[in-house]
Amino acid sequence: MQRPRTAAYRPPQVPSVDQVAAEERAARLASRSIKKDAKVEGLKRLIAMLDLTTLEGADTPGKVKSLCQKARTPDPDRDYPSVGAVCVYPPMVPVAREQVAGTDINVASVASYFPSGQAALDERVEEVERVRDAGADEIDVVINRNAFLSGEYGRVHREISALAEASGDAHLKVILETGELETYDAVRLASRIAMDAGADFIKTSTGKVKPAATMPVTLVMLEAIRDFYRETGRKVGMKPAGGIREAKPALRYLVLVKETLGDDWLTPERFRIGASSLLNDLLLQLEKERQGRYHSKRYLSLG
Amino acid sequence: MAELEAAPDTARELLFGDEWEYAPAPQSADHVRLEERYGPFIDGEFRETDEYFPSINPATEETLAEVGMADAGTVDDAVSAAREAYESTWRDLPGKERAKYIYRIGRMIKEKSREFAVLESMDGGKPIRESRDMDIPLVAAHFFHYAGWADKLEYSLPGPGRPESLGVCGQIIPWNFPLLMAAWKLAPALATGNTVVLKPAETTPLTAVKLAEVIQEAGLPPGVVNIVQGAGEVGSAIVEHPDVDKIAFTGSTEVGKHIQKQLAGSTKRLTLELGGKGANIIFEDAPIDQAVKGIVDGIYFNQGHVCCAGSRLLVQESVAEEVTQKLRDRISTLRVGHPLDKNTDIGAINSKQQLEKIRRLVDIGEQEGADKFQPECDLPENGFWFPPTFFTNVTQSHRIAQEEIFGPVLSVTTFRTPEEAVERANNTEYGLASGIWSDKGSKLFSISQALKNGVIWGNTYNKFDPASPFGGYKESGFGREGGMHGLLPYLEHPSQSWQPQTPTNGSPSTKPESSTSVEASPEPKADGT
Repeated sequence: MQRPRTAAYRPPQVPSVDQVAAEERAARLASRSIKKDAKVEGLKRLIAMLDLTTLEGADTPGKVKSLCQKARTPDPDRDYPSVGAVCVYPPMVPVAREQVAGTDINVASVASYFPSGQAALDERVEEVERVRDAGADEIDVVINRNAFLSGEYGRVHREISALAEASGDAHLKVILETGELETYDAVRLASRIAMDAGADFIKTSTGKVKPAATMPVTLVMLEAIRDFYRETGRKVGMKPAGGIREAKPALRYLVLVKETLGDDWLTPERFRIGASSLLNDLLLQLEKERQGRYHSKRYLSLG
Repeated sequence: MAELEAAPDTARELLFGDEWEYAPAPQSADHVRLEERYGPFIDGEFRETDEYFPSINPATEETLAEVGMADAGTVDDAVSAAREAYESTWRDLPGKERAKYIYRIGRMIKEKSREFAVLESMDGGKPIRESRDMDIPLVAAHFFHYAGWADKLEYSLPGPGRPESLGVCGQIIPWNFPLLMAAWKLAPALATGNTVVLKPAETTPLTAVKLAEVIQEAGLPPGVVNIVQGAGEVGSAIVEHPDVDKIAFTGSTEVGKHIQKQLAGSTKRLTLELGGKGANIIFEDAPIDQAVKGIVDGIYFNQGHVCCAGSRLLVQESVAEEVTQKLRDRISTLRVGHPLDKNTDIGAINSKQQLEKIRRLVDIGEQEGADKFQPECDLPENGFWFPPTFFTNVTQSHRIAQEEIFGPVLSVTTFRTPEEAVERANNTEYGLASGIWSDKGSKLFSISQALKNGVIWGNTYNKFDPASPFGGYKESGFGREGGMHGLLPYLEHPSQSWQPQTPTNGSPSTKPESSTSVEASPEPKADGT
């Protein structure tokens, strides 16, 4: 599909990022002590902010059904919130759609030749349209790192704009794949380009590349979101994803959001965590807070 | 892309409220053992004294313990004990033996670091996060660092001769980093073979008492370290004592000048580490978000009770609005509260007296027409508290831009060119520390050359390391602490000495009984002046 060439996009100058100080700041926030009521409250919020994910070659309808069941009632014995969304590959969208019908849970899917993005723009746009038509509420797309790393920022912007248009009413989450961008300066610039191009969320990683989400990378992206909000008034969401498996680090991400963007972002509309195995640790920790001791993992159902 | 409603220009504020509030996370103080009262520590033991004064917790105003008030007689006893220890053992002990004691003290502080950190926060009001992560680890690091120097003095310093110790050192330290300042003073003095009479500040005497217990337990020869407590008169008695060879003082410029007058005409050595009004210079090409972090670390660290605090913010006009906006956001998230809460960023002001001084200067700032910003915070009822504060619309001639406030109060001024930044930064009676923020390395170096400061940080602030010398120019004092430079004020370097060079090839030394050491004893105070 040939798209009209809009006026050449020049990314605005973004502040440079000092690596040492950014990592220190993230480490400082990671040392916040989250105990008792704050912990319980934080853990419950994290459940509602979870994009419960399965993105495996071996995914089957059966696997997705079981994931959706877990998403609806994370713990059948307790009155915990349901997760924010289930995130699956495009062919599984109809299965997930049916399984979560009648609930608040959104269906998210990855598109645009996830995870590499190495395909012609037309093909990537087409995939987004297919996923949208299949009923996905949220679409996670990857940026063209090839173009970004060659310095073709205008092309990156144009492509994300096209994907944004193709996503229609679905929420567009733009994955920067920060592990491949390598520097915080690049992350900051890519964040800005994605927001300029219409991202509803910016997201760290596909989960297929290491390092995936880290605290400092998330901090840098949150600061980019803050600056963008000050400049344009648009509140873009944030989604760290990949490698967040335990409740404790997940709570630290929540601290980052609270102290960088404030109360308006402490909601599933503006903050999500993408994870496949985090949910059970959240439940385990909640149970520990309730009973004062850990129970065995054998009480936790698989997703 | 879903349709997102854009907020109107006027309402683009961030809300740092209680949507998700942290629960209190108090550090337990159960493991801090305190006696009801402690006397002066002289000749290896705690003595009784006639008069005691309370040391209070500035966060609760409760008395933690009582401490013996020293008088002229106590100081005399302490100096005699130090002299006796110097001449009988410490001076002639080989460096590697001295090092063992210093290492042992460092290790024991590490072992007891939890207790030291909690007590430091209880006695001084600083957040437990800082005493746990900064003060106590640096204390141990200083002892380790100088232990390493003790046996290397003979060949590490320039010149042909062997450096010699001075004798008895009187050391007077402030209340802002009580144990850390004790370590900065003690470690180099001991490593160089001197003995010490130390006077902690009267509002924060307790970690020094605990240090005395460590010194006792470490088996340091009695009298090598003596600790006397009290206020200014005790310090004065140490300064004027005829048998003291060197004075090292850290504290206010006012007292430093007074000490210099007291010592005029004597041969006592002196080093002073005094006040400051550090400039934190933000250029437009700086990493802005990290610079804002640096501003916060520069002035709100330890409630601003830091001599090298970056209390003057100089920001380039082109980014001034952005920086102050971000600073407002950032200090709205600072947590002012109980020092023992692990999430506290700003603890209690050290004393009522200091709180009154801060309030007075902040009032003057308002009267002189500067604009004050303070985030809303709930301050506890008891204790001494002051919220993080900054002033904009400040000029060089405002008192808040000139005087050291020694509290969490920042003055913000702007500049247009690098030359103006340097001129403004140097336009102060002080010369202790500055910070420069720029993404351009060459600019960091050229500006740092132009600043008249003992310490300059590039793209960071308030970073300390025992290997790095620290000290000031102008009315911020003289002498360096830390690193190899920190050894020099405690050594007589023979190349500069009036003493004849002692041959090292077996000819008789001036002190035959010290046969284990060929170091000659300078006896610099033989005339008793």
